[in-house]
Amino acid sequence: MDSGSRISRRDFMKLATLGAGSLSLIAGCAPKHPPGRRVLSDDDAGLLGAIADRIIPPDEWPGGRENGVVSFIDRQLDGPYRRFRGDYRRGLDAMTGTCLEKHRKRFESLSAEKQTRLLGEMESGGLRDGGWKEGFSKRFFEMVRSHAMQAYYGSPRHGGNPDYASYRMMGIDYPPILGQNRYRF
Amino acid sequence: MKNMHVNAVVVGAGAGGGVVAKELSTAGLSVVLFERGDWVSFEDHDNDELLSQRTTVLGNAFGPDDDRYRRVLVSEDGSTGIVYPSDGAYSNVAACVGSGTVSYGAMAWRYMAEDFRMKSTYGPVGGSTLEDWPVSYDDLEHCYEKAEWEIGVAGDSSLNPFAAPRKKPYPMPPFSYNREASMLESAMKRMGLHPFPIPMLRNSVPYAGRPACARRRTCCGFACPVNAKCGTHNTVIPAALSTGNCELRTRCVVGGLIIDASGRITGVEYFDGDNTKQEQTADIIVVAASATETPRLLLNSTSKHFPSGVGNRYDWVGRNLQGHAYTGAFGLFEEDIFDDVGPGATLAVSDFSHHNPGIVGGGILANEFTRLPYLFSNIRPPGSPMWGEEHKEFQRKYFRRNIQVVGPIQEMPFFDSRVQVDPSVRDSWGIPVVRLSGRRHPKDAEGCEFLSGKAEMILKEAGASRTWRHVPGSGLSGGQHQAGTCRMGDDPHTSVTDRFGRVHDTPNVFVSDASLHVTNGGFNPALTIMALGYRVGEYIAGEWQKGNRFK
Repeated sequence: MDSGSRISRRDFMKLATLGAGSLSLIAGCAPKHPPGRRVLSDDDAGLLGAIADRIIPPDEWPGGRENGVVSFIDRQLDGPYRRFRGDYRRGLDAMTGTCLEKHRKRFESLSAEKQTRLLGEMESGGLRDGGWKEGFSKRFFEMVRSHAMQAYYGSPRHGGNPDYASYRMMGIDYPPILGQNRYRF
Repeated sequence: MKNMHVNAVVVGAGAGGGVVAKELSTAGLSVVLFERGDWVSFEDHDNDELLSQRTTVLGNAFGPDDDRYRRVLVSEDGSTGIVYPSDGAYSNVAACVGSGTVSYGAMAWRYMAEDFRMKSTYGPVGGSTLEDWPVSYDDLEHCYEKAEWEIGVAGDSSLNPFAAPRKKPYPMPPFSYNREASMLESAMKRMGLHPFPIPMLRNSVPYAGRPACARRRTCCGFACPVNAKCGTHNTVIPAALSTGNCELRTRCVVGGLIIDASGRITGVEYFDGDNTKQEQTADIIVVAASATETPRLLLNSTSKHFPSGVGNRYDWVGRNLQGHAYTGAFGLFEEDIFDDVGPGATLAVSDFSHHNPGIVGGGILANEFTRLPYLFSNIRPPGSPMWGEEHKEFQRKYFRRNIQVVGPIQEMPFFDSRVQVDPSVRDSWGIPVVRLSGRRHPKDAEGCEFLSGKAEMILKEAGASRTWRHVPGSGLSGGQHQAGTCRMGDDPHTSVTDRFGRVHDTPNVFVSDASLHVTNGGFNPALTIMALGYRVGEYIAGEWQKGNRFK
């Protein structure tokens, strides 16, 4: 099942590159969700995937995007994180606005260095213009950061971390093999 | 249809209420045991870190839920906000049969003699309502013993020279150390300390018809897949039900005590699983709903005889809310330590529990329960990046190479740290919710500074290449170790109940949970809550058999 969801996520990304125009995160505006996604539009998913890859960059192990951060957040925004929908809408729009203004490009199209720098400014609360009033950039960054960590290191049942990839990366057997690994140093 | 009158109602099927229900029903009293949650098991929530009682980002696995429950938190700056059960500031206690005893880490500490005589031992502490308990360790000793044998504890106190004297050993042998504990044991011994295996409410060998522990990494915060963890849900509550005298009513939310025209308390009002309002009358009412929900129930029960709530004539109900100031240190090592032998915490020292120069009380230090991957992603030395390549590299390099040594500092009770009921906010049944306000006493920070320093020294001695301490802030305490809000005492002007848990001014209302704790010890409180359950239950049953009907 997990490999199936990986393939369909790649399809989402393909759709994301084909899709034109910003779609609404908030239900009620007839959002065009690819099959399987619940809340996020193609643009939202593309942007969040790019953020996820800076928070947990790909190397010999998957980055945040490949390891299901977007599908985790999408699913939780239709569940316990419904209360964060407004913050996501505001934060993602503010990021796009800041990038277009500063670089005439969307965040997804910036170099990794520029993306990292912008996220660092958000983390320190350095962004104050546009949609970033009252320390919102810091709060938004911390929210996305912690949700990305939950997706990447949590149970696959919530939409992220297919096949416990992060557990394998960290050398944690799943399922636990009692009597097999406890004396392996 | 009206519910049949019973001898006793017990509100809350947790560590305290489960024990009281068993004591009363085995003595022949008819009992209704109320629980707002339901039976839960490993099948409902298995090893999912994000939805457990330890990491609650996606909710509390064993309740309560965010949809129907809420509280009001008054911040230090005076602003108020709504908090939900999955927020840390809510100070949640599990809502299920067994409550926290289903998913706890199951440390089974007896408090020490000094813990019941804090004011006599250390003298008054400015700004604190520090006081002696009206009962001594010796009064509770046989109750601890009953808890250890009826619910089940594995340990060996002969290795702890600071342990309070006991008449009978633990019923089960102690757990073996995992690898990190073995490393710490050698280091502690080199330092002249006295390490010993943590006593645990968990089967080290088959006991009472249940199997031995499988030592999984997901223990603290999770239900046990093999039923080796000992809580009230798999010991005293089934024992109570098997008498035929006790009826357990799950999914029932008790909203208030029924007070008749003469001022006598005759039962409870509750909402059943269909949200239908019902009444249950009883001769005796035992409130065991936690140190936040017990005062809420008393404060929400008003009449012309109790204008500010039952037991609250002198404004002590809900006061002195305390928990534990958890403090310690992390150490990084340059070799693999993690052997995946659960639950992680296996070894402790009690050398710093009392009589530390300049410190009032103190606490044990133990190695910590296994930190699962998401929780570990938030553990970094000060100044380290919390994301990016370095964060990812740390995650895979040090998950198997870190040790945390941590302990609970005994907090100084603070009169203005309190549970009230909010004047306007209500839960989904329309019952006024808990309103939390206050802060920690400054003395607690001194204790944390002291104990975290000791933890860091131990880690260095064990060979850590890098160490750092962690101490809590000065904000309101509470959490899962919440206590103190219906203090027991001999003087009705400065306490809520007498020495048997009976609420002053009432002949037939008792409290039996950590609300009774005058002080909360430098230990995890579960076994003491159970011991008090035996004390309260034993007293009621004994009086009942003598013919006392608590009129």
